[in-house]
Amino acid sequence: MLPEEITKFIGQATGVTTYKVEQGAIARYADAVGDPNPIYWDEEYAKKSKYGSIIAPPGFFGWPVRQPRSAEEPEVIMGTRRGPNFAEIGLPRVLDGGMEYDFIKPVKAGDTLTATSQIKDIRERTGSTGRMAFLIRETTFTNQDGEVVARTRSTSIHR
Amino acid sequence: MAEQVYWEDVEEGMEIPPLPKIATTTMLVRWAGASGDFNPLHYDEVFAAGQGVGKPIIHGALKRQWLVHLMTDWVGEQGALKKLSCQYRAMDYPRAMKAQGQPMDGETWQCKGKIIKKYVEDGEYLVDLTIGVENGKGEVTTPGTATAALPSRG
Repeated sequence: MLPEEITKFIGQATGVTTYKVEQGAIARYADAVGDPNPIYWDEEYAKKSKYGSIIAPPGFFGWPVRQPRSAEEPEVIMGTRRGPNFAEIGLPRVLDGGMEYDFIKPVKAGDTLTATSQIKDIRERTGSTGRMAFLIRETTFTNQDGEVVARTRSTSIHR
Repeated sequence: MAEQVYWEDVEEGMEIPPLPKIATTTMLVRWAGASGDFNPLHYDEVFAAGQGVGKPIIHGALKRQWLVHLMTDWVGEQGALKKLSCQYRAMDYPRAMKAQGQPMDGETWQCKGKIIKKYVEDGEYLVDLTIGVENGKGEVTTPGTATAALPSRG
């Protein structure tokens, strides 16, 4: 059984983050994947495409420019997100378990996205390597025109 | 890029062209910078050993983006990737470098996909696929699913 100090986070919003989708960041991301598609870096090519501009590879939402802040947690370290402290219950290690995406609209260079996250579930499981906790987080990305561009559902494994 | 695929051209049970990938330690550094994931699990030998994974592992998210690359190449500009999911079931380890820009011999990963359902919904011509990243031994370390819309000759 997971203690209340962990399970109390189920259903909680974990903050709103703003992302800026810079053209250079898109090109570097596609390069790191090894995807040479010119739609990610060639402005002339992209202008003539059905998108009319450079787009981000599905799954890239830009770089965070504003991290969640609240009265309870005034300082948030870059790259970390609010949620339960699994180390306190003897599960200090974390692995990425997987991801589900719904791609609704293309993300374009120059977009500003707002990501809203919520912890949907936290479950305990005992596997061959011992006790583990699975945390499911859902995030909705909305662009500057108020359109939902994507929804993601990620699983982190704490062990 | 390959020729545009149309919904009428595909059938359930058909495999899409595989996409080979090689991961090297250099590429993991590049991915860390591009994605913003600076978890030392992916570049620090001592930290990775302490985390019980032996040595630095390939980012799950990089394998996921390989699968996105597989799908976006296949659907082409007239198609659209609608959904993609994958699970990181087993660790993968990058090739070390022999020289700058030159990986050691070793594993090549294959991203693969197979059409399991072909249907029309809300006026869209859709296909569902099982997808996955296979390691050098042919084991699927990163299984997943995808849904794509394809153009129709309609």
